[in-house]
Formats: sequence, structure tokens, C-alpha cells
Amino acid sequence: MNIHEYQAKNILREFGATVPNGIVILNKDEIEKKAKKLNLKNLAIKAQIHAGGRGKAGGIKLVNNYKDLIEESHKLFDKVLVTKQTGKQGRKVKRIYLEEISKIKKEFYLSCLIDRASSKIAFISSAEGGVDIENVAKNNPEKITTVKMNLDKSVTEENIKKIIQPFILPKKLEKQTSDLIQIIYKILIEKDANLIEINPLILTEDDKILCLDAKINFDDNALYRHPDIASLKDPNEEDPTETEAKKHNLSYIKLDGTIGCMVNGAGLAMATLDIIKLYGAEPANFLDVGGGASKEKVSAAFKIILLDKNVKGILINIFGGIMRCDILAQGVVEAVKETNLLVPLVVRLAGTNVELGKEILKKSDLKIISANNLADAAKKIVEVAK
Amino acid sequence: MSILVNKNTKVICQGFTGSHGTFHSEQAIAYGTNLVGGVTPKKGGQVHLEKPVYNTVQEAVEKTHANATMIYVPAKFAASAIIEAIENEIPLIVAITEGVPVLDMIKVKEKLFKSKSRLIGPNCPGIITPDECKIGIMPGNIHKRGSCGIVSRSGTLTYEAVAQTSEHGLGQSTVIGIGGDPINGTSFVDVLELFLKDEETKSILMIGEIGGSSEEEAAEFIKSSKVKKPIVGFIAGKTAPPGRRMGHAGAIISGGKGKAEDKIEKMKSCGITIADSPAQIGKTLYEKLAR
Repeated sequence: MNIHEYQAKNILREFGATVPNGIVILNKDEIEKKAKKLNLKNLAIKAQIHAGGRGKAGGIKLVNNYKDLIEESHKLFDKVLVTKQTGKQGRKVKRIYLEEISKIKKEFYLSCLIDRASSKIAFISSAEGGVDIENVAKNNPEKITTVKMNLDKSVTEENIKKIIQPFILPKKLEKQTSDLIQIIYKILIEKDANLIEINPLILTEDDKILCLDAKINFDDNALYRHPDIASLKDPNEEDPTETEAKKHNLSYIKLDGTIGCMVNGAGLAMATLDIIKLYGAEPANFLDVGGGASKEKVSAAFKIILLDKNVKGILINIFGGIMRCDILAQGVVEAVKETNLLVPLVVRLAGTNVELGKEILKKSDLKIISANNLADAAKKIVEVAK
Repeated sequence: MSILVNKNTKVICQGFTGSHGTFHSEQAIAYGTNLVGGVTPKKGGQVHLEKPVYNTVQEAVEKTHANATMIYVPAKFAASAIIEAIENEIPLIVAITEGVPVLDMIKVKEKLFKSKSRLIGPNCPGIITPDECKIGIMPGNIHKRGSCGIVSRSGTLTYEAVAQTSEHGLGQSTVIGIGGDPINGTSFVDVLELFLKDEETKSILMIGEIGGSSEEEAAEFIKSSKVKKPIVGFIAGKTAPPGRRMGHAGAIISGGKGKAEDKIEKMKSCGITIADSPAQIGKTLYEKLAR
């Protein structure tokens, strides 16, 4: 789960890190009242969206007086930002963050994350801050320091030295930076974060270490033990169809194509999208109905797929293991009747009770196209959904 | 031969009396797995599915001499169930449970590293040696004893590959689902090493997906291995958008890493034949072997 910059900064502040003064604005009417609490001579107005690259897309404005602040803030509210991470449909700005600007002497990169390959916790640091760290990693890997460690109560002195080494800081700032590293580590461990990224971490002209931007991603599987974090979720950042799918315990991701998909199992679902593309069409969604889907779940999945008006045909691909094909077939028949389905439907069943399942579909007298295998299914759906 | 499990494997089930534990234990027994008992705290002394129930893994191991355990406990308690199995030195631990927090798995891995146990999973379909031992949630009837070793990060996509190899008359020596989580107990490399050593395994299928770098590490391992066997691979998620978790916790392209194309390229460069379509996995292997 991702959170906004201002929420990440609140958590950092709560754990004792130094972040710039700032105030979040949740609706236009609050701007005037809330802005008065800040030093208006030097302010940044930052669009709060869960996507990087907002600066280049016009999502950050700098102002130095009250009039400009009000004007620019109003302009930014409800503006649709298109960044390299939002896709072409962009993201509407529903929250803005007003933040006091500090004069920057140096910019660094600092992050703490779960390292999959080593099953350890890693800190990544670099003197190249405020830029895209992926590019630095690609073009100048020597400028990136990675320090991996076992799970422990805190970071060792030795590791801290290695982490801050690329920053080349004056001695008097080492303590403050070291404290910040312990704080970030503590947040990761205590709040089950997957990634905490401070980019840039800055050294101000008056020699302070400050977290200028912050991004935190949390482990969805651990949210049950952090209701405080779970409550930070912003529904505006979620696709409404995806939110609806979650209520039914379905894993759904909206895509740009025209073929709706319903599959059991994430790997097979991904492979089904791939084969649709291989046969010349584009999938409209990823949808995993899970291992033991009930009739109700199948029906809900159907309705969710049909919420997408781009869908010109639906492919159901089920390899029954725990899930029995006859149960699935009953669910499909009921859902087709219930939704008064107007687009073509191809069903491929395999595994447990496959013959019973096929029989149910056949007897239903509904226009369901049956497929014998995965390739046959892809070919048929691409043909009928042209 | 086969790897890790066979007809002599003595299996217990942790989370034995729960709904999942019960259902899949019944299925395992019906398949012929030597299930010797189960563990459910506070239910020790009962008899379930005609097998004894114990309060602790320690007690179960003492009484049954089990050398494998399958774990069906809920995600919240999964890490402590795995650690209990590690502490009692069970050689093979298979965790089916989905949704285990990553930090819990880091704790588990630290324990595992210093132990005598091997963990498969979590969030996996399990392991099966056809006609001998089934530990997991896979449908037994699609498997056919044969010469192909299959290792995969997925569940149902593995069944697809199994059915395809059965159709082509190859059959399977052992099939292992290593799981869809970012941090798991057994990696592709671990399983490939075992398959390369196993005499019955004449060819290998490796089913990967987007996210992480375990396929790339596996490819490097294959390249450097002195023992060579025909290997076919498939990577799911070519059409997956970056930054989105595709159902599995570990299936995510992040920071430009973990893309299907990069994995495919790496695997090809290390001598692994790639099936372009998920419908051609069995056929690709069959044709490679026929050449």
C-alpha cells in the first residue's frame, strides 16, 4: 500500500525525523485559513498523488506571496496530472501540500527496503539526490552504496558509517544523520514497510539535514496489525472497480484492452493475458478469482468485468484444482442469466470435474463458446471479440 | 528416484483440524501420502481422519518420527508454525499459507539459515512425486509419473504445465511450487540443483514470472553447472503493467526491475529454451527432446 508524501512526512515527524513545516489541504475552502500558519515568503505547493514525476508534469509550484499562493493552489486543485507513472489518463489532484522551502546546499538519496534476493534489510545511499535513482543505478552504479543487514533492534555503528559515507558530511552533522537512519529503520520494522525512500535528503544552507521528499510503501499482508496505517489509504487513488473487486476478495487490475478475463490463480491469469496479446488482442483486465471461488464470487467477478465499457468479449479460463469445474459452470450460467450478457463469452475448463462442467454449460442453452485448451480459447475469444 | 519426497516420507499436518488442513489432508491420504498425524494446539489426544492429533510439533515428531510437515495455519500464525517446525528439526517444511508478512519471512529465513530444515513456500501449491507422495493443494489426478522435473512460482499455471507434459507422454519425476511471495524458503536454484543430480529427472521445466531476480540467478546457475539437462522455461507477465502487483505478492515490476523480457533474454543467453506461449510449454519441451 502506498501513501501520500504528507502522510509519509507525518510518520517521519512522529518518529523524530526532521522534515520541513507543511500543511495538507483537503479542500479548496481551507486554503486561506490554513496557509496563514506558514511562512508565506517561500512556499512550495505540492500535488499529492501516488505517482512519481509530478514536478515535471506541473504538480509542484513555488510561490513567494499570499496572492500567488491562493491563485496557484486553486489552479492545482482538481487539475489532471499526467506523469510517466500515471498512464495517459493521468491523475486528478484532490489533495495539496503546502510546504516551507529551505535553501539547498546539497542533495542526497537515501532509502531503506526489503531486499528480496538476500532476504535482508538494505539501505541504499548516494550523493546523487533529487534525480531518478534508477538512472543512476543504470549509468553510474559506482555512485550507489548498498548496505545489507540482518533483522535487529537497530543499525550498527559500522553500517551507519558505510551508509552515510557517500554524503561526505561535516563531523557535526554525523550524529543527526545517524539518528535519521535509526528512525527510518525503526519505521520499517515497526510499521511493516517494504520501502522508505527519502529523495532528496538535503543539506540546507544553514547546515541542517532535512527530508525534502518522502515515499513509503507498506506490506499489504501486514496491514492487519497496523490499523493506523491502513486508515491512511486514499480511496481517490484507487480505481473504483478495483475497490469494488476487493470487497469480494477478488484480485482485479484494470488494463487498457477489450478482452475481459476471469482466471483462477495469479500465474495462470498473467499467462492468459499474455496469450491474448500473442493472438493479437489486448486484455481489458487481470482478474484472479482465487482457489476456492463460490458461485457468488463468480457472479461478482462477472459484474466487475462488465463495469468496464471497453469490454467486447470475456474469456473464462479455469484450471480446477480445489475449485471444481461443475461449481464454476453453475456460477457462470447463473451470472450470464443475471447480467443479461451481451458480449461473447468463451469458457475454457480443465481439471477437477471438467466433463460435468462442460455438460452444464452445454445444457444451459446460453450462447457460451466452449474451448478445448488454452490456445483454442485465446484464438476463439480474439476472433469473436473483434 | 525423485527429489525431496517419496513413498517413505512421513508427513504431519500443522493446522490439521482446520477446514483447509482437513480437506487437503483427506486428499493427500486418498492419493497415498503417508500422513502419520497432525498438530492443532489444545486438540492433542483427539483422533482426526483416523490419525492422531498432537498439541505440539515436538510431540508429533517424537511419536510419529515424521520427516515432513505441511502447514495450513492462517497467515497470522504461519511464521511461528514454520519456526516451530524448524526448531524441531523437521527436514522438509511445506507452507501452503498465503499472505504471510514479509518481515515475518525475514525472521523465518534467519532461523532457516542456521537449521537442518528446508522450507518450500509459503504461498505455494506444494510438492508432489506422482504415485508416491502429495503434499499440497494440487489436483493429484493430472500428474503422471515420468521424467520431467517441474519447478514453478505459480499454482494453476503449474497444473497447466503438468497437464501439458502428461499429454505429451513425458510425465513428471517431482513437481515443486516454490511460491509467489517475494521471500520464500526454497529458490529456483535450490530445486534445479536437486533436479540436475536426480537420475530419474531427464529434463526440466521452469515456470517463472515477473518480479525479483530469482529466474536470472537460476539462469546463471544453469550456465555454470557442469551437469547439463534439457531445460525449457516460461515467464508469465509479459503484458503486466509496471508498479502493479499481479495477484502474487512477489509479482511486481518495480524500479525498472523484474520485467519478463529481461528474464527471458537472460534465460535464453544461458541455454534455456523459452516457450513463447503458455499453451506450448509441453510441446516446446517435447520437441526439444525429440531433436
